Amino acid sequence: MGTEVFLPQSLPEFWDVHGSHPDAAIYHGGTDVLVRLKETGRTPPAYICLERIPELQAVQDCGETLFVGAGLTHAQILIEPNIATHWPLLPRAVAVLGSPPIRHTGTLGGNLGTASPAGDTLPPLYCLQAEVHVVSASGRRSLDIRDFILGPGHTALQPGELILGVQAPKAGDWGIPHFEKVGSRQAMTCSLASLAALIKIAPGGCIQDIRLAWGSLGPTVICSKAIHRKALGKPLNIQTLNSLADLIQEKISPIDDQRASIHYRRQLAQNLMLRLVSDY
Amino acid sequence: MHIEFTLNEQQMSLDVPADRPVVRVLREDKGLTSVKECCGLGECGGCTILVDGQSRLSCLMLAAQLQGRRIMTLEGLSTSEKLHPLQEAFVRHGAVQCGYCTPGMVLAACDLLQRNPHPDRQEIKAGLAGNICRCTGYQKIVDAVDAACTTDKDSGRGY
Repeated sequence: MGTEVFLPQSLPEFWDVHGSHPDAAIYHGGTDVLVRLKETGRTPPAYICLERIPELQAVQDCGETLFVGAGLTHAQILIEPNIATHWPLLPRAVAVLGSPPIRHTGTLGGNLGTASPAGDTLPPLYCLQAEVHVVSASGRRSLDIRDFILGPGHTALQPGELILGVQAPKAGDWGIPHFEKVGSRQAMTCSLASLAALIKIAPGGCIQDIRLAWGSLGPTVICSKAIHRKALGKPLNIQTLNSLADLIQEKISPIDDQRASIHYRRQLAQNLMLRLVSDY
Repeated sequence: MHIEFTLNEQQMSLDVPADRPVVRVLREDKGLTSVKECCGLGECGGCTILVDGQSRLSCLMLAAQLQGRRIMTLEGLSTSEKLHPLQEAFVRHGAVQCGYCTPGMVLAACDLLQRNPHPDRQEIKAGLAGNICRCTGYQKIVDAVDAACTTDKDSGRGY
């Protein structure tokens, strides 16, 4: 009769099911987990689908910060007013993630759990300095996203833990929220390189604060403190951005694969940054 | 596993393996051949269905997930003998060549028009971006959806 599929309706129900099926494949939308299982031909001892757990759907205004549940689909992120107001960077990335049916299915928590270097929500979450909240039957903890994502497909999630959501300071006052990715197809594309940026421009026109995060150019998202230091106080123009090019080249370690060469990805890392001025 | 859900506005009560992909439940068990298992990996849009009104890929859903949901396949789009305006537009604009991608395209267009009743051509392309067609070059499909929402605007009919 096939493998059992559980659809717990609450976190306590999830812990019960998980307790009796610790090796079950856990998925939310399934856009990564079900595909990976199919590709490897592996049948798990059971499936646990998280789509009906209301505790994962919360969006909470916590004053200085915003909390967004792991279970929000990308389509929900695109229409959630709190996210549009406080984290306008995130919907910019989600708008070009997958395709409409994938956005109706895949979730924020799923994108974090997959921990792909090409995960489109990750560079924005690094720029937002997000904390990942994880929960287990015995408690709850939160980790800086840089400590949560450990490498391609690897996170700090322990057995028996579930991603509950992400919390980050409100960032609606950063003048420039920017996300761009380059891929081989407009939809459903795994990015060859992406760049998320938050930039504050001082009244005089100089960069007051800047956060840049590159996707797909190393084992995890790439950020650079040296770039941050060098850009501060400079005008946002092509000269400034050109002066940062060497620093990003030192930081990235792109792969050579059937989708793009190292050389091309290195060029993208730089050109994506130069496009910050063409857009604003 | 016993599941109950609504399929094309009819109440269904089925016994199926819980982990059977929904695309096979619909196509093989229920004989709804508009639902195509093409890539099987969520890349092509050939197995698009509407779940509670939203486009989803039935190759990336397991049968247990159907419980309590309202499912629509292309077969349920028009309840009478008359074609749905989107289907009519696809015929009139020659948006169908081999026809394999057509059910998914029409349902993706349906999903788009529910969210955005009057999309421009760029928005139509983005709305259909998850569906691959290897014949038409997309131009006529975009023309058809464009025409269907223009007709829709004139007739005041809502999706």
